[in-house]
Amino acid sequence: MNYLMRRLATFPLVLLGVSIVVFLAIRMVPGDSITAMLGTEAGLLTPPQRDALAAYFGIDQPWFIQYWRWLLGLFQGNLGISSTYGRPVLGVILERFPLTLELALLSMIIALVVGMPAGIFAATHNEKLSDLGVRVVAMIGQSTPNFVLALLIIYTLSAGFGVLPAMGEFSPLWRDPLRNIGQLLLPAVTLGFAFAASVTRISRSAMLDVLSDDYVRTARSKGVSARGVIWRHALPNALIPVVTLSGIEFGYLLGGAVIVEQIYALPGLGRMVLDAILQRDYALVQGSVLFIAFNFMIVNLLVDLAYVALDPRIRLSEH
Amino acid sequence: MATLRAILAHTSGRIGGAIVALYLLLAVLGMLGLTPDNPLTQHRVERLHAPDSTYWMGTDLFGRDVASRLMTGIGQSFLVAFFSVAFATLAGTVLGLAAAWFGRRWDGLVMRIMDVLLAFPAILLALLIVAVAGPGTWTSVVAIAIVYTPIFTRVVRGPALSLKAREFVDAARTFGSSSSYIVTRHLLLNLVAPLTVQVTLALAWALLTEAGLSFLGLGTQPPAASLGLMLSDSRNLMETAPWLMIFPGVAIMISILGFNLLGDALRDVLDPKTRRSIA
Repeated sequence: MNYLMRRLATFPLVLLGVSIVVFLAIRMVPGDSITAMLGTEAGLLTPPQRDALAAYFGIDQPWFIQYWRWLLGLFQGNLGISSTYGRPVLGVILERFPLTLELALLSMIIALVVGMPAGIFAATHNEKLSDLGVRVVAMIGQSTPNFVLALLIIYTLSAGFGVLPAMGEFSPLWRDPLRNIGQLLLPAVTLGFAFAASVTRISRSAMLDVLSDDYVRTARSKGVSARGVIWRHALPNALIPVVTLSGIEFGYLLGGAVIVEQIYALPGLGRMVLDAILQRDYALVQGSVLFIAFNFMIVNLLVDLAYVALDPRIRLSEH
Repeated sequence: MATLRAILAHTSGRIGGAIVALYLLLAVLGMLGLTPDNPLTQHRVERLHAPDSTYWMGTDLFGRDVASRLMTGIGQSFLVAFFSVAFATLAGTVLGLAAAWFGRRWDGLVMRIMDVLLAFPAILLALLIVAVAGPGTWTSVVAIAIVYTPIFTRVVRGPALSLKAREFVDAARTFGSSSSYIVTRHLLLNLVAPLTVQVTLALAWALLTEAGLSFLGLGTQPPAASLGLMLSDSRNLMETAPWLMIFPGVAIMISILGFNLLGDALRDVLDPKTRRSIA
């Protein structure tokens, strides 16, 4: 069985495993869900009332029956009811998802627009001072945690220019595009910085690898211009690792940038998961973690497909 | 010894090694309590004191010495990073070796479990574990260890599988060597190089994850010091006391930079194939 087929075949299996882990993890949280739901008022319940509630929510059943019911619900798009919002979990998630998606896309655009030219520039100026400069900046970029960068940006803006990033109520893209971009630009730059650094490093090393390959040497000896060699011959092949890295990073960002969303007060998916954990909203934690893991898996699968499409050698390999 | 010499001859290795050595020294001093001041002592009249010759890095909102808290914070962060990476390395190596050695069903089972764990973005899995076990230093250790175990399992299993098929392993079998001897002597010893590189890079991620969890209030709990927690506390005082943000922020950044540089140098030195392509 080739790599792609095996990858597709294990996808549902892994997804099932993920759902089991999420389901069991939530049930391992100390304390029962009735207390979590009702808070201090749970103490006022009589044992028969508690039993009736347990039967109503189905938590008096063994875990595998509860799991089976939950799984059946999942197939019908029912992820349960959020105790914080009092609404279906899926609705709450889908409300937050556009922001996270937009932020992830913007960060990826910044990373690719900055990182790829920087990487190609460094590779074509290998071992020169300008290459060293790019490498040092990329290394620092990769080692700067996004929350440190976010705070530094906010501090520089407020101390140096007397302005604060646009916070307050979030405007979706379709309602007020200018305000929306204004609100997302700094978070996207924050997330895009380390991402761009990784893209720079990987495109530089991929380009260096490709530039020393025989076919590039052949093209050069046939008199193809330096620009032609880079754009027509080297770049398409150097793109493969860049696509892989960008896809994986994008998958991570789709899970919500928990800390950056927290710092910039953005109502994204990451901040929602964190709040759900802090408020013990188990249905929301369970649903959103599953949703994020599912997206992450889909993106990784698409990255693999892109990888196969770009590099036909993988199609037949057994890895 | 040859590896050490090669690292010292490598520019990234020298810088990274020096940074890591300095942090280790600060971490040990911090953990032993050999700090300029007691990190928990509150000098109430000298709250938010700017850095000067008495308080090199100033004081915080409670009048605690930031330099001393930074040293214990580095100690705390390193403790979490080292223990979590040690557990992840141990678990990943055992699982990876077992998967490669026993093959078939065991391999399939172990690798599918690892696939499941890898299906979660790292910080999300860590958050989920903290949600289950409650916030705290040791929860952070367990969470980070679980997050990074699948990576070590993969790093070990792949090369172990190809080593298992090599002639010297067949020869050892023919000479009657036991399975445990072959696994520890022939497989494990040959995996030291990729593992060393992975450990160094994982330490950088672990420091980052620990700082992130503490920043969110889910790692080290106050009044204990941790770099992430110090940074989080600085947020509302950024304009009046920027040193509260700058020192821990730069400290986190440089520590990660140190491990990244060292990891790159190690990869360069231990794997000649990547020498050309390391950025």
